[in-house]
Amino acid sequence: MALSSKTKAVLWGPLNKNNPIIIQVLGICSALAVTSKLEPAIVMAIAVTIVAALGNVLISALRKTIPTRIRIIVQLVVVAALVTIVSEVLKAFMYDVNKQLSVFVGLIITNCILMGRLEAFALGNGPWPSFLDGIGNGLGYGWILVVVGFVRELLGSGSLLGYKVIPQAFYNAGYENNGLMMLAPMALLLVACIIWVHRALNKDLQEETN
Amino acid sequence: MEAISLIVRSIFVDNMIFAYFLGMCSYLAVSKNVKTALGLGIAVTFVLVLTVPINYLLENYVLKAGALKWLGADFSDMDLSVFSLLIFIAVIASFVQLVEMVVEKFSPSLYASLGIFLPLIAVNCAILGGSLFMQQREFANVGLATAYGFGSGIGWLLAIVGMAAIREKLEYSHVPKPLKGLGITFIITALMAIGFMSFSGINI
Repeated sequence: MALSSKTKAVLWGPLNKNNPIIIQVLGICSALAVTSKLEPAIVMAIAVTIVAALGNVLISALRKTIPTRIRIIVQLVVVAALVTIVSEVLKAFMYDVNKQLSVFVGLIITNCILMGRLEAFALGNGPWPSFLDGIGNGLGYGWILVVVGFVRELLGSGSLLGYKVIPQAFYNAGYENNGLMMLAPMALLLVACIIWVHRALNKDLQEETN
Repeated sequence: MEAISLIVRSIFVDNMIFAYFLGMCSYLAVSKNVKTALGLGIAVTFVLVLTVPINYLLENYVLKAGALKWLGADFSDMDLSVFSLLIFIAVIASFVQLVEMVVEKFSPSLYASLGIFLPLIAVNCAILGGSLFMQQREFANVGLATAYGFGSGIGWLLAIVGMAAIREKLEYSHVPKPLKGLGITFIITALMAIGFMSFSGINI
């Protein structure tokens, strides 16, 4: 299926120039807390993408009938219902990962990406572009999570997805896992590094003031 | 005594921002000057103190497995915990709306200074996070739940006011261009978080 240039912009924008985490500054909370291992990061990225896409479609389909005064509550209820479904599915099929994510599955509800996109996009556009916007933003959020999770698991525990990748010979030669990487603040530093590289490449995104 | 140690622990050791990264979005967006940061911090603390105990009561008398026993033997094996997310967020959203109306009616000056932040609190992860952690930790009574809400709120306030104070001074320093704004804020938060980790060994 051929995509028009507008739909392409809707889908690809959030991956780069309009990334939810490093440009729009949405959804930081969960991004930082679940990335100490690669697997929960991937699961979280998928869950957010699904909820963002479906929530966008539902709100966009309902946008003409929702009274503006109570729209926040309506949005919260729609998102909460979707998140409840996702969290029950996770509990049923991926119990271990669900345990690692703990409260952060529930916190998808207040993930600002969802509310932000619902407010900014779904309320003013039809269901199909909204669906693409949800997918795009979910993926834009996802790749940051996966990069941070990859670096932290590789350097912090010498493994990827639970498999050892750093050979035993390295450890015998005196290599040590960087325990600091497992601590929460390192996620912030890694995201800051991604922002640094991204803005050094895209000079138009740099901010003037601190 | 237990409550005091819980408050101290949730302010310093289990700090909402530095240990769990909850409420980061408004933390990053509203920490540009100390005054507004303080206003938002107070509002968040206020809502946390009120919603955590309400959700605690709902959790223990309505939602948990067997919590409906007081309605009669027929309800004793009912488990409504599937709905806890929906109920929690509904309580928070309606509560924020209520607080907004009350403040607007009785103290217009406070409303003017908090105005824009009040509705935003409904989607602040720190608030829902407080309720979800309360559910996970299974506090013994409602007093402890209130203490937890209060401590988390104060911890959040402390973090955002500290950050705002640093950012006000940052105006005068030379930051590498690509790091200006968001990047340097992340790095400072990381350094503050590492600082707060030194509290983690404390046993009270």
